[in-house]
Parts: sequence; C-alpha cells; structure tokens
Amino acid sequence: MQLFDPKASGELIPVLNLDETEVQRQLAICNSCRYCEGFCAVFPAMTRRLEFGQADIHYLANLCHNCGACLHACQYAAPHEFAINIPKAMAKVRLDTYAEYAWPKALGTLYQRNGLTLAVATAAGLTLFLCLMLLVMGNLFTAMPGGNFYGIFPHNTLALMFGPVFGFAVLALTLGVRRFWRDVSPASASLGLKTSAALEATSSVARLKYLDGGHGEGCNNSDDAFTLWRRRFHHLTFYGFLLCFAATGVATLYHFVLHWSAPYPVFSLPVMLGIVGGLGLLVGPAGLLWLNLRRHPDQGDEQQKPMDRGFIALLLLISASGLALLALRETSGLGLALAIHLGLVMAFFLTMPYSKFAHGIFRSAALLKYAIEKRQPNPINAASD
Amino acid sequence: MIDVLIIGGGNAALCAALMAREAGASVMLLEASPKVWRGGNSQHTRNLRCMHDAPQDVLIDAYPEEEYWQDLLKVTGGITDEKLARIAIRASSTCRDWMRSHGVHFQPPLSGALHVARTNAFFMGGGKALVNAYFRSAERLGVEIRYNTQVTDIELKDGKFIAAHIGAHEVDGQAVAAQRIEARACVLAAGGFESNREWLREAWGQNERGEWPSDNFLIRGTRFNTGILLRRMLDHGADGIGDPTQAHMVAIDARAPLYDGGICTRIDCVSLGVVVNRDGERFYDEGEDFWPKRYAIWGRLVAGQPGQQAYSIIDQQAIGRFMPPVFPGTRANTLEDLARQLQLPQAAFVKTVEDYNQACHVGTFDHTALDDCHTRGLTPAKTHWARPLVQPPFYAYPLKPGVTFTYLGLATDETAAVHFNGEPSPNLFVAGEMMAGNVLGKGYTAGIGMAIGTAFGRIAGVQAAASVGYGPSSTISESRHATV
Repeated sequence: MQLFDPKASGELIPVLNLDETEVQRQLAICNSCRYCEGFCAVFPAMTRRLEFGQADIHYLANLCHNCGACLHACQYAAPHEFAINIPKAMAKVRLDTYAEYAWPKALGTLYQRNGLTLAVATAAGLTLFLCLMLLVMGNLFTAMPGGNFYGIFPHNTLALMFGPVFGFAVLALTLGVRRFWRDVSPASASLGLKTSAALEATSSVARLKYLDGGHGEGCNNSDDAFTLWRRRFHHLTFYGFLLCFAATGVATLYHFVLHWSAPYPVFSLPVMLGIVGGLGLLVGPAGLLWLNLRRHPDQGDEQQKPMDRGFIALLLLISASGLALLALRETSGLGLALAIHLGLVMAFFLTMPYSKFAHGIFRSAALLKYAIEKRQPNPINAASD
Repeated sequence: MIDVLIIGGGNAALCAALMAREAGASVMLLEASPKVWRGGNSQHTRNLRCMHDAPQDVLIDAYPEEEYWQDLLKVTGGITDEKLARIAIRASSTCRDWMRSHGVHFQPPLSGALHVARTNAFFMGGGKALVNAYFRSAERLGVEIRYNTQVTDIELKDGKFIAAHIGAHEVDGQAVAAQRIEARACVLAAGGFESNREWLREAWGQNERGEWPSDNFLIRGTRFNTGILLRRMLDHGADGIGDPTQAHMVAIDARAPLYDGGICTRIDCVSLGVVVNRDGERFYDEGEDFWPKRYAIWGRLVAGQPGQQAYSIIDQQAIGRFMPPVFPGTRANTLEDLARQLQLPQAAFVKTVEDYNQACHVGTFDHTALDDCHTRGLTPAKTHWARPLVQPPFYAYPLKPGVTFTYLGLATDETAAVHFNGEPSPNLFVAGEMMAGNVLGKGYTAGIGMAIGTAFGRIAGVQAAASVGYGPSSTISESRHATV
C-alpha cells in the first residue's frame, strides 16, 4: 500500500526526516496493537498520544533502551509487510538526536563516523602524552621513587590540562540536554509531582529498570530468550565508572584540602575506590562487548556498532591501563603506563559530549519526562477496543 | 520410532508437545511454516479467558464457572457441547501456573481493553511471546522441532495412526524429498482452513449478484492455515463437526494485508458514526451494543453488502474516543468531498447522512455507557451514540470482512480422540482450531480460542503419551483432565 511508503507521508509532514518518519509510521501500527505495553516505558508513553510529532519521536526514541523485547514478540516484524522494528527505528532517531542536540552544533557531525572520532581522539591523546613524556623525561621507561607520577607530570599541570576539558564536556552536555528538554516540552507540573517523578526517574536509571523485560527476567540479546547479563554488565560499567570518578574526586580533596599528595598507598580510599571501580570498568565493558558481538543483527541499528564498540573499547582500555599503572608504578614501566592511561582518559573526556556517553544523559532526561507525564491525567480517552 | 508426533506449531500443538514430553514420551513437532512465521494464529492472540473464584494475580474479582458457561452459551446460541465446554472452562482456572513454568508471562489488561480485566489474563508481549516461550521450553526439554514441514496426508489403519506423509517440497529453493514419518501416537493441531481461498469459495459460494463473496475476504491470521490436513482427515472418514461457512469474522480495515493483519487492522469507530455500503446507504444499527460485543457480527454484515465493502464514517467529535486505527482515515471538510474521495454516489451518500442527522435524538452522549442518543423514524435505526455528523473534518475508514478462523473441525470427546464412525481412535488426537468447533459452534468471546486450545492441547498431549504407555491410562476421568 502507498501508506507504507515513507516518502509519501514525509510529503505531508515535511519537518520530519526519514528516520523520524519511519518511527512515526511504526508507532501508528504499534498504537493500534499495544501488545508490548508491559515491556517498558515506551509503549505506555505511546498510548498517551494519537499522533507523533517530532518532539514525541525524539522523546520516545531516547526512552527506548534497545532491549529488543518488542522486536522478538512482534507479530508485525519482518518478513511481515509492516516490517516493524522499533528498537532499530528508535536507535536511528536516537543517533540523530545526539547529533542534533550536540553543542556546539557543528560538532554533532562527529556522530556520523563515531568509531573514527573515538579512534582519532585516542590517537591524539596517546600522541600528546607520549610526546610530553619524551619531552619531560627523555625516554618512555622512567621509574620514579615510590611510584610518584607527579614527579613526571606535576599535579597542577594535570589539573590544568584535564580540568578545562572536563569542564567543557560538562558544559556541552548540559547545554545539549537542556535544548532537548525544552523541545520535548514537558507540561508544567507541581513541585511535589516533579519531586516524586525525579525520585522515580533516578531509581529507573540507577536500577536500569527497563532492561528487566517488564517481568524481571531481563532483556534480549542473541535471540528471543531473556538475559539479565546486559543489565549486570552495564551495572558493572556504570558503577565502576562512578567509583573511578569518586576515586579521582577523593584524591583531589586529599590534595587540595588535606595537602596530602599522591601516590597513595594501596589500602587508601582513593586507590581502593580506583581498584574496585577499575575492576568493574574492566569486567563490565568486556561483558558488554562480548554481548554486543553476539547481539541479534535485527536489534538496533547495525551501523551504530562502531560507535558502541568504540566507546566500550575505550572504557576497557582506560580501566586496563589504569590498573596496569597501579601494578607498574614501582617499576620503569611507570612512564609508559602513565602516558598511555592519561592519553586514553584525555580522549574520553574530549569525546564525552560527542560519543555514546551522551546516551545516559538523554535517556535520563527522557525517563524524567516519562515519570512526570505518567503522573498527569491521560489526555486520550479511548473507551474500549 | 518417535512416541508422539505433533502436527502443528501453534498454542495447542505446543501444549500437547510439552505435556507429552513431560510425561516421558519422545516427541517430534512438525510446523508447516518456516521458523519466522511459526505459531499459527496463536502469534496474533493476546489473552486467555480464565475462570476464577477470587482475584488472581492479573485478574480482578471473580469469574465463576457458571457465568463463563452462560457467556459461552449465549455467544454460541447453544451450538456447543456442555461437557467439553466445562472441561475447557475448568482447565482455564488452573493452567496458568503450568504456562508460567514454561516461560509465559502475564500482565494486567492493555489500555483500551479494560472491559476484559475481570475475565481475561493477557500475555505479556502477546501471543508471539507465548509461542516463543513454548518453543524455547520445548527445545530445552528435547522436543525435536522441524519447520517448513507441511503434512499432506495421514496414514491410518482401522482408525489407528500409522504415519504422517510430507509431500516433496522446496525450502529456500532447495528440493526436499517426500517423507513418511512413523510414530506410535499423533496429535493433530494444524488449524482451520481460513487461508485456503478455494475452500472458502466453495463454502461461501456465489451470491445473488453473481459475486464470490469470499474473494474479498481478508485473513487476519496465518497464511499457513490451508486446511490440507483437515480436508484429508474428513476424506479419510474422520467424524467432522461444524459448518464450513461459520468463521470468526470481523469488519476490518480494507487496506489490511491479505494475511496476518492481526489485531491492529480492526476499526473501532463504527458505533461512533454511521456505516454505509458502496451505494452510500446504511444497512445496520451501528449503535446496537458496545463495539467489543458487536465487532464480530460486522464481518458478516459487510460480507452481505455489494462488493463486500463498507465505510465507517465519523466526524471530528469522535476523534480520541476510540482505539487509534492503523491506517489514517480519508479526511474531508464536506460530505460531498468525502463522497468524491471515496468514489461513492454523492447524492445518495449525502442524503443518507443528512437523513441520519435529522433523525438523531441527542440526549446525554456517553461513549462509555449505553446512552440515550438514538434515532427516531429512521431505518435501520441507530439505537445508541446517535449524534449528527456535523463537525468537520469528516473521516472515513474502508471496511472489508476479515476472517480470524474457521469453525469446521473434527468431532472429539473428553479424551481429545479423533473419531471414526463414532469410535475413538486409540492413538490419534486432535486439539486447537481443528476441534474448537465442538465447543464453539458459532460466535466468539475474547480469549476463548486460547482457552480451548490450551485445555485440549494439554489433554491431547497427556492422552497421546498415555496411549503409548507414559503416564495415566486413557480412561482418565474428566475431573482429572481439568486439573492436569
């Protein structure tokens, strides 16, 4: 039927791009079926709408966790002529939104070849620190007494290099998600409602609620069977990352407040946080990569795998190099390990607003909007079917 | 040799396979479709009508056996077998733990389906999720599954199953030679014949206008229910039941696909407006009752119209008050323009709507109740929700008959045995759509097909295993069936 020609409906609503039009086409079918309402937040949010404008599509695309449940359960998935594949259609729009809401906007194009973006950033970061190492020490194999890496790069030098880059990343992500939030325009709500919504959204993020399949047995990966391992590995990655971040934060406090300089002993708080976080950040991304390699090809957007795998690989390399630095800090391997670790971390911070990292920010915003709107009366009053 | 051969791959077949395997029998399941289309009509289902005497997880209040039976009696107009019906009803109260043990998840009723919150337990993700769960469980338990395997004949000896025959066929361009598969017992659960266009034509015949009405039917379910096995069994002298023209038939969007349109092609705004045929004339009371209680008669009503087509017409007032249709409606700011776009005779159509508008006696409109808005002096009358169609834009949705499934099947008893001249076969059983007509001679009520399929699929599996020496003997009592 002509109705399924995305170009045809695109002519009616010219503001939507092809990816958005495809989501619009599919949601019209989903909204008249609704079998998947129990899986996640996307479908209950869908039933509050009869039509899907660009803001709705951006919101729902970022609400989708790409768990795959609705694809494997879909009576209208290919080879059915309706060719419904919500995870894939949503993934494509999601990438568009990362690019569109990137700040500054011109850098959104870094999402087009994101694997390349990460590779170039990694190369640049490594080159920078390896050169600096050679410049400062004259060689890459330098041991320092007591593993004192600040003997190579003083603390304030590093703070001056990483501080502004990190600050910029935070600023760029904030401005991006703020514009996203304004576009998906949540209706005004009372403070009490917003508070309880914020608590729920935080819980949904912290528990990765929507990778539980709606029944607690998990999401899909390689086939129609459910697995909790995607959720578990993501938890290890997420909390590993937070612990590493906490390690850096505690060390910064030690430095500036207690005037207690690194290197810290193994059983100190920053190092313990770093070790535990680093191990999480090692096992988590390794598991996610392993699952990603086994992911059913129809789930999500195949073309985004370089972005996903590049990001996972960068996290994995950061944790591996960080742990290697700890292990080698008393040896002549210190110099090289330090340069590599700092180069990778720099690459990570540089690309933060233009990499897969953004998914967490935009998804959290979408979850907050969902938690707010579900507390408001449903505007649609379809009595029955 | 295989103990139990299951022919079919939908809910009833899978229930039979799982029960037979759990009883200890070796089981092979033959599914006519490729893996991507597996599950028959079950992939389009969404719930199970469940008897319960008290609230149960996703089910509220109570739905006692007697009320369930009365509902069934009403929709079938008495064309049912009380004994078998009560077996299915009782089984529906206890089968869900077993279903859960094989990976089926239940959820509260979907939005827009609250009217069955008391009576029906919804499958999380719908029927395809259920089918996937059963197939995974069957594989885990060691059931041998073969896809692309359409059984074309059954070899019998004195009413006893000997072997299934699979004709030579092609799979993905590769020739597969004819096969003969022997087994010690067999369960037939291969569905009805709704996707067999020739058989539908034969059953529905030619009407007084010279049309072959069934040529315009769309099939809401699987394209693989061609009834080949049903026809062979009837030819072999198996006792049949039901009328070949009886089918669950709904008025669906005429733009729906020829097969597998499933649930989303339904049009839910009929009771909020008027329905005209291609001559631009109304032909039935659109507001007779709530749409969920009436949608299944509209398939036949549309089938009786010229060209088997009709149009549901609403105005802006109805928007947002019914489940969103899958395809956009034809939209116009005037009735004349709508008639032109639909290629309806303009004068006749406008007159029909204007006559209706003038006959409307509007009281207090309430689409959630049988309200007091009705027509006066109009034939046919519209007895509820009659509001003049005056607020543009106007919308039209084209309708055609959509067949969900057919009722013609094989006669059976409480052991699910296939019968020949009134005598039960010792090792051949039947389940699902192939025997649902025993319980459901006509009519339909949501979730009853899955209730019959689950109950008799499980009975057939137990009986087939028992007939080859696994588990209880085949003289098992009725009450034990209900609680297996």
